[in-house]
Amino acid sequence: MKQIAAKAAAGRAIDNVFAAAHGRLPGSGPVAHIRARAFEAYERAGLPHRRIEAWRYTDLRALIGAVLPLAPQPDAVALVRAAASVKQAAVDQAVKLVLVDGIFAPELSDVGRLENGVDVRSLREVLENSTDSAIASLVLSTTTDAMISLNAAMATDGLVITIAEGKALKRPIQIVHVATGSLASNFTRSYLQLGHGAYAAVLESFVSTEGASGYQINDATIALVGDEASLSHIRLAADAADAVNISSGIIAVGARAKLDLFSMTCGGSVSRYQGFVTLAGEGSKLSANGVNLIRHKQHVDTTIVVDHAVPHCTSGEKFRAVIDDCGCSVFQGRIVVRPGAQKTDATLTTRALLLSDEAEADNKPELEILADDVTCGHGSTSGALDGTLVFYLRARGLSEKDAQALLIRAFLGEAIEEIATENLRDFVTAQAEHWLQARR
Amino acid sequence: MALLEVRDLHVGIEDCEILRGLDLTVNAGEVHAIMGPNGSGKSTLSRVISGKPGYQVSAGQILFKDEDLLAMEADERAAKGVFLAFQYPVEIPGVTTMNFLRAALNAQRKARAQMEFSTPDFMKRVREVAKSLNIPQGMLKRGLNVGYSGGEKKRNEILQMALFEPSLCILDEIDSGLDIDALRIVAGGINALRSPERAMIVITHYRRLLDHIVPDVVHVMSKGQVRKSGGKELALELEARGYAQFEDAA
Amino acid sequence: MVAVPETVERVRRIDVDQYRYGFETLIESDKAPKGLSEDTVRFISAKKNEPAWMLEWRLEAYRRWLTMTEPTWARVNYPKIDYQDIYYYAAPKPKKTLSSIDEIDPEILKTYEKLGIPLREVAILEGVEPPPGGEPSANRKIAVDAVFDSVSVATTFQKELKAAGVIFMPISEAIREHPELVQKYLGTVVPTSDNYFATLNSAVFSDGSFVYVPPGVRCPMELSTYFRINERNTGQFERTLIIADKGSYVSYLEGCTAPQRDENQLHAAVVELVTLDDAEIKYSTVQNWYPGNSEGKGGIYNFVTKRGDCRGRNSKISWTQVETGSAITWKYPSCILRGDNSSGEFYSIAISNGFQQVDSGTKMIHLGKNTSSRIISKGIAAGKSQNTYRGLVSAHRKATGARNYTACDSLLIGDKCGAHTVPYVEAKNFSATFEHEATTSKISEDVLFYCIQRGLSQEEAVGLVVNGFAKDVLQKLPMEFAVEAQKLISISLEGSVG
Repeated sequence: MKQIAAKAAAGRAIDNVFAAAHGRLPGSGPVAHIRARAFEAYERAGLPHRRIEAWRYTDLRALIGAVLPLAPQPDAVALVRAAASVKQAAVDQAVKLVLVDGIFAPELSDVGRLENGVDVRSLREVLENSTDSAIASLVLSTTTDAMISLNAAMATDGLVITIAEGKALKRPIQIVHVATGSLASNFTRSYLQLGHGAYAAVLESFVSTEGASGYQINDATIALVGDEASLSHIRLAADAADAVNISSGIIAVGARAKLDLFSMTCGGSVSRYQGFVTLAGEGSKLSANGVNLIRHKQHVDTTIVVDHAVPHCTSGEKFRAVIDDCGCSVFQGRIVVRPGAQKTDATLTTRALLLSDEAEADNKPELEILADDVTCGHGSTSGALDGTLVFYLRARGLSEKDAQALLIRAFLGEAIEEIATENLRDFVTAQAEHWLQARR
Repeated sequence: MALLEVRDLHVGIEDCEILRGLDLTVNAGEVHAIMGPNGSGKSTLSRVISGKPGYQVSAGQILFKDEDLLAMEADERAAKGVFLAFQYPVEIPGVTTMNFLRAALNAQRKARAQMEFSTPDFMKRVREVAKSLNIPQGMLKRGLNVGYSGGEKKRNEILQMALFEPSLCILDEIDSGLDIDALRIVAGGINALRSPERAMIVITHYRRLLDHIVPDVVHVMSKGQVRKSGGKELALELEARGYAQFEDAA
Repeated sequence: MVAVPETVERVRRIDVDQYRYGFETLIESDKAPKGLSEDTVRFISAKKNEPAWMLEWRLEAYRRWLTMTEPTWARVNYPKIDYQDIYYYAAPKPKKTLSSIDEIDPEILKTYEKLGIPLREVAILEGVEPPPGGEPSANRKIAVDAVFDSVSVATTFQKELKAAGVIFMPISEAIREHPELVQKYLGTVVPTSDNYFATLNSAVFSDGSFVYVPPGVRCPMELSTYFRINERNTGQFERTLIIADKGSYVSYLEGCTAPQRDENQLHAAVVELVTLDDAEIKYSTVQNWYPGNSEGKGGIYNFVTKRGDCRGRNSKISWTQVETGSAITWKYPSCILRGDNSSGEFYSIAISNGFQQVDSGTKMIHLGKNTSSRIISKGIAAGKSQNTYRGLVSAHRKATGARNYTACDSLLIGDKCGAHTVPYVEAKNFSATFEHEATTSKISEDVLFYCIQRGLSQEEAVGLVVNGFAKDVLQKLPMEFAVEAQKLISISLEGSVG
């Protein structure tokens, strides 16, 4: 009985949010229709909770309770404040595309610096200027995940990026999500399409302005990596300490194409990155890695589903989590090998390092194998720092914290070194270093 | 009667023809060496004779003791006395070498309607052979080839050859990955098994092996055919002048 | 004994159409009316001459069951079970009260003989062959409790066990003769409210085995129970309770078979183990219920709750299972590591073929300090079967120094089957050290060709490789059971040579 009441309460809360957003969501006709259907799908399920297997360790009903109303359109003051945060988050050389409170901000972006062969439009522009039903599919939700349905219903803006066939980008594209408001939600949805043989490095940063607190992010990135194309997709979530960030990635990889995925979360109070990667073309390769740096009462969840849909694909995954204080780390990694996807080679390792006696690590690596000629495996460990190693370092004169930092750095390095692009790898390393410094 | 008679053999794998009309006659008591460059079809020949699945024989025949070898399953061929020493012997975790030897030996004896070995006889036999090949007893209790060095794996192949007493031994690059001492032990084991009833086909890239196992006949293979046959001096000629001269000879 | 015929037999055996134990024994039986109601529960309780507290316990469970809904599981599919279309009690009709084994219906004795389970004590002495490398059987004994449909038909070696102070008897007798022990422990490991099938079992269980090993006693022989479902449309709901008091040790073996039938039959057992300080229980199962035919028709639904409570310090519970039968298996023999320094083990071989669905694994719940657990699981999937390992390892806040090692390996034979690994690893304690590894592979063609080139047939080669794959677990079976497992999976030459 209690449960039903809770469900109804969550449903009502979102009902208000959706109704209140009416008129602010771009697109009419088929787009509006799809939004309404996506919202109905969300409403039926409500906020995910522990009885939904995919959300068993991240019970949003318990952790966040309800979805906050849509953030207001950023005003001039908000944009000025956002500019400072963007500057801080910016990666050298990168072409910045900025979304402030869920709305594309061209004035903060480097649209003029875009290379030839790259087409960038805002989702709002695309949805508003077309009634074509093909455009409507941009908001179509392809999964049963309630948070992705909610995203489809509520997305206010995002980026639609197309990279032409054979085009190899020289500079990375950096999408910066800035939250300036408090106690409000940002819903963004972006599309990334790489043509045949194209190459791009896309970095996504989640940051906030000073004073922004208690906000909620629900982002979705849908990417299509064309045959023989190569995408390096890196995301860094450094949200305000009490923020919520639920991000989803839905990525399909074409024949002989390559996807390098990296995710790092070091901020927020409740964060989840859920990546759904389908190796859809023969001979495609995935390298998915990540590190989560968790402290205080943070709850950080990385969930990755790799779907080997066709033969001769390779996937390798390395995820690391460092958990301090009362932090909680969740890692779920599922490898699916479809019937007929022979000669699949899939491996995954996940390691959690617990630094405090109140830290928690929940790991659920999973294999679902429906073809026989495959090599698949996963490994998972969790535990504290090796006392003998710490002692050895201390005997050489390092302080306890320095010794720990050294070992943690090495532990994280196992995943970070998988980032192929040097300046992005350095950037991620610097972020991790920042976190380690704060421990002292 | 020849022990092995290969006539006009054409073999392909996935639409690619590898053996293109190969002829080979091997009599009991003889040791034949087959040399040739990479991709000439040497290993394919050894696999087709021993019955590895996946090869399509489009023409020709292989007679072994006057029987049609191609009509038999690989295990039947083994029971008839065809033994292939693998270039890369496989590892089977959890199955001890001793266990494997007994299973295989008894399967062959059963197929030939012979009595299975009693445990003491079998153990005695294995110990004798192992000793002659410098194989420590402890190795026999480990998983088949699991954690063996390259030399140990090859010695294990010769151990099986000695134990099963086949009438045709095909040695596929038995010298690969062996240092000179290991090569000497392996070659010694092979030479000890030469007999008037048994024939051997030694497949190799290098003449070095033939210093230790002196062949009666040397064949040069190229592009799926035997291009030239001769005595052991042919190996020397090959070393001096390379394979190129045989590429287009017929 | 040689490897080859054994491995051949094994390969044949895993072909589900070759189920060897599929015969039916025609005997008169005494059944409760079909269906489930309070009256059924009262009927069963009355049949057993149970005391009032036991009837109350059952009725409470039954009422609880009525409020529960049947669970649905991720990877298990089966048509809805009609709980009113099952006989909850079937007993071979006794001519009179039995006072010795000679008075058992000779048809039942014959059944067990066909199954290779000798109930006559003399037969046990003569009939059990040692596995290769094992010691001669003359001085080894196994006490057997045989459960036929719902009731225990014979328990052997009562006198000798009594001399050692070990109580080994049907649980129905224990309820009457040792109510203080049964009341103290029954339902304390698997509460009546635990899950849908355990609750159902609590209401309608008809028999099972009861073992109590007093402090400091090492049980002088292996204890064994054989379960046999014979009647059509019956469910089997046995209940086993084993208590190892301080410093004691017992090894318990369990085997199961059923006739070949077109309809599905439900088996919902509950097993509870309790170890007190310094005690150890080793529990081994060879489960070979009828798996259904090659079209997936018929077979047993094996929905079992098995749990051990390491209640005392330094106590240990070890589960070993060889699962080859049943249309659907759903079982997770678990350990609650409550006592400090206690340890749990789970060794499993699960073979699935045809349309079998296996969802099995374990739960290791670390509650005490310095507890350790070890999980070795070998899944072999063939045909169109689905084979899932599902396991939980968790360390609670106070379980400092908890350690776990898990290795799950799956072997696929053919491309129509599935092998799945679903581990849940939960560390709520930073001094807990957990390691988990899983691999999935097939038997490589190179390995098969190598074996075949050496004269083995394809099936022999597969058998040999599978044996090697499962070796780590096979070695954990008690010697006496190795004979049985050898018939089932073939241990070939392992351990006999060298």
